[in-house]
Amino acid sequence: MPRPGFVLDVDRSTPPILFHHGEGFRLEKLPADRSRIIYPAEPLEPLDDIEGSIRRALLNPIGDQKPLPELLFPGMRLTIAFDDISLPLPQMKSPDIRQRVIEQVLDHAAAAGVDDVHLIAALALHRRMTEDELRHAVGDRVYEAFAPSGALYNHDAEDPDNLVEVGTTDKGEIVEINKRAAESDLLIYVNINLVAMDGGWKSTAIGLASYKSIKYHHNVHTMRHSTSFMDREKSELHSSTWRMGHVLRDAGINIFQIETTMNNNVFGTEGPMSVLQKREWEWNPRDRATFLAMKAGLDRMPARSKRKVFQSWRAPHQMTSVQAGEVEAVHEITTANVYAQHLVPVEGQTDIMTMGLPYIGPYNVNSILNPILVMCLGLGYFFNLYKGRPLVRQGGVLIMSHPTPWEFHPVHHPSYIDFFEQVLADTTDPKVIEETYEKQFAEDDWYRHLYRTSYAYHGVHPFYMWYWGAHALEHLGRVIVVGGNEKAVRRLGFQPASTLTDALEMASDVVGRDASITHFHNPPVLMADVT
Amino acid sequence: MKALVFHRNVPKYAAAMVAGSLLPGSGAKVGPLRLEDVDIPDLPGPDWRYVKPRLTGICGSDLSTIDGTSSRYFDPIVSFPFTPGHEIVADLVDAGAESKKAEPDGTNRVVIEPVLGCVTRNISPVCGACAAGDLGNCEHIAFGDLQPGLQCGFCADTGGGWSTMMVAHPSQIHDVPATMSDEAAVMVEPAACAVHGALAAGICAGDTVVVLGSGTLGLLTMAAVRRYTRAGTVIAVAKHPVQRHFASDLGADVVVEPGELPRAVRRVTGTMALGDGTITRLTGGADVVIDCVGSEASLADSLAVVKPRGRITMVGMPGRVEVDLTGLWQREINLVGAYAYGTETVTDDRGEAERRRTFDLAFELVQANDLGRLVSATYPLGRYSDAMIHAAAAGSRGSVKIAFDLRGEKERGRL
Repeated sequence: MPRPGFVLDVDRSTPPILFHHGEGFRLEKLPADRSRIIYPAEPLEPLDDIEGSIRRALLNPIGDQKPLPELLFPGMRLTIAFDDISLPLPQMKSPDIRQRVIEQVLDHAAAAGVDDVHLIAALALHRRMTEDELRHAVGDRVYEAFAPSGALYNHDAEDPDNLVEVGTTDKGEIVEINKRAAESDLLIYVNINLVAMDGGWKSTAIGLASYKSIKYHHNVHTMRHSTSFMDREKSELHSSTWRMGHVLRDAGINIFQIETTMNNNVFGTEGPMSVLQKREWEWNPRDRATFLAMKAGLDRMPARSKRKVFQSWRAPHQMTSVQAGEVEAVHEITTANVYAQHLVPVEGQTDIMTMGLPYIGPYNVNSILNPILVMCLGLGYFFNLYKGRPLVRQGGVLIMSHPTPWEFHPVHHPSYIDFFEQVLADTTDPKVIEETYEKQFAEDDWYRHLYRTSYAYHGVHPFYMWYWGAHALEHLGRVIVVGGNEKAVRRLGFQPASTLTDALEMASDVVGRDASITHFHNPPVLMADVT
Repeated sequence: MKALVFHRNVPKYAAAMVAGSLLPGSGAKVGPLRLEDVDIPDLPGPDWRYVKPRLTGICGSDLSTIDGTSSRYFDPIVSFPFTPGHEIVADLVDAGAESKKAEPDGTNRVVIEPVLGCVTRNISPVCGACAAGDLGNCEHIAFGDLQPGLQCGFCADTGGGWSTMMVAHPSQIHDVPATMSDEAAVMVEPAACAVHGALAAGICAGDTVVVLGSGTLGLLTMAAVRRYTRAGTVIAVAKHPVQRHFASDLGADVVVEPGELPRAVRRVTGTMALGDGTITRLTGGADVVIDCVGSEASLADSLAVVKPRGRITMVGMPGRVEVDLTGLWQREINLVGAYAYGTETVTDDRGEAERRRTFDLAFELVQANDLGRLVSATYPLGRYSDAMIHAAAAGSRGSVKIAFDLRGEKERGRL
């Protein structure tokens, strides 16, 4: 029986605590008697029979939707859209969940005599997936059957010939999505729900949308009114997306949503990485030796080599649930299953929140976690992993640990470089950034060209990363980065500190000397349910 | 009188070159520059006047000379030994031998326009360039009554500003308004270079302009571009915080570090680029680039960011450089120089053109932008080695213009 997540009060006997630090780690001693640590739950038991569970889900849909075989008929246009490279994190060991689901869907389609099938990576404004990445997601068999004929491809949010305006929400939000998906007799969406934000109408209304449509919710106002965007009931991002989803539904687009959840088994139970999933006071001598050896090796390794080692890691996380049918009904169950793995009850807010940022976030798979993505991972994702109230109080301090190199992947993040060099050199105010610079970057022909033909994130994407942290920027009194490149950290508008002790000293200027401290022990993923 | 004197001395010149390559500015310690007691120069003609420098700037071209990196091109158009210094605000000594001994009271201050054209050389008729007012293009800078020398500060007969006394022809003398500080006045000569460079750049209304380099000349050029042209977006390239501050303050819309220039030009112009996220080449570029550095790297950068049929104006003094000109050929780029000053054609808001002396425009520019604040530090002549090292590293030491302050020199009152 996996143990639930819990909160540990730090006393003098508490050992040094693991902080992820990019492609490395730090062990930090937290001050006794005023610190606590939130640990994630242990990995939930995976489904015993994954293939059988998928089969049953397809045949027993939830909500107002028919079983999949009843939706398939000869001569129909079938489109299968699936989550892109940003999910799951890290990439999972083969076979990927998407492959398992898509193979069964295609078996049903073949049985029904459906031969007009397209598979689309629903990447919205993310970078296109490479052949290797697509093969990993859908499997070689599916790739070989569809890619050579052009029936398996990446969504293109800038292709005017392949987008269609479906309608407008009652708030005036234009809904424009992939034309093939919108005009199919059936649109099947294959999702991986890593965190509570994922899935639901977000899959189709964002994953298959254009910039013209996405800009209605990916903006500073929406993000500041999403408290948090991980909590759908309090997320303006989701309210907007749900409105858009209803436009899709009301336009008669028949969507069969397949959602899956995964357990927290990121680092496994064997091998050197498994120590990262254990609680520090339970480390045995072998764990300690393994960790120290791993850390020493990483500390000596060139950054590029370390990145290669970590990015090649395939996590053993496994499916804990699969449900299919009508979008909202499916998503209710999905969200409950995500919460079952991630939610940890926490009593009260804290003055100082600490976190160690790992090597990976949704937008740097096989890439570099550049400074803007560091900001997004810390202030966007980790800060927002709460229900109820933010873990840190209004005006509190966030301390995050990451090397924050002034380094960018030029192929994946070309507009990020310009955002960092030009926009952040001018201002870090999300609202000013949005008003002054977004349009220029979003409509830049070169970024558009690279997004469409290479493997670049859309020109506007760094703006969204900054907006993702807008709620935190407004909420926090100070952000301090431990062990980061000083120049890069300052460009982000944050304060650099060389040690956690220094950072706590700096934080005392804002929250006083006896401030409470809460360490967010993530990854594996957890979500604080703050009362 | 006291003067820094630069002698023709090949071994010392070689030593300066080595020292300067190790620590810029340090050629002053080992090279041919010496602080000496010298005779007051004779007046070259009846109209000439004595002037007592108050402040004299250290220019990039001076540093090249001191560190032995300036081009052999100058050999036939300078005469040795000479006293450097051509950015000069001075006291005009009253006519008559007796009066020059008195300590001036600072009420008759002048700025020297150092170019030694036909008139100063007593050549008549003057050459075509001088007749047109384009003194910097004088065809007689090695002829006439004076020894060769493109400017005072490089001519054995006139002396230079790094001394307590020199001579000037009336055509070189510009009165300094009483309200103008010495620090502002010493910026007039380099400001004139900047005004000429900005106007030589052929900037049209709305053009995207790159000002490459934000040392003294770059910053002044930035100010001149803003005052005397109708440029659109102006991008400044600045290495150091103090330079970034002033570049922005003087009118740059975008200030970037050297390595960021191609991306900045691409962003501003919206041009396409070759390269998969890393820019290997822009397909378009800036309308105009003004190179205020004059190095191999700056010329290469200029060629990389100017648009096809665009214009590069070299305002900073170059030397021997190796650069790939294939792009200049294929993109039909105009590469022109802009040296010194003379007379400019300026167009007002109504589109009416008038010819004005560059120095007059420079006076206006300095006063309008309070450019005396760019003078960051001054040194007495005796500390010339320190002054050169400071000037050569001005940006990294948070400075812009370094000058000699002659106002406190003892010999000044005894002359």
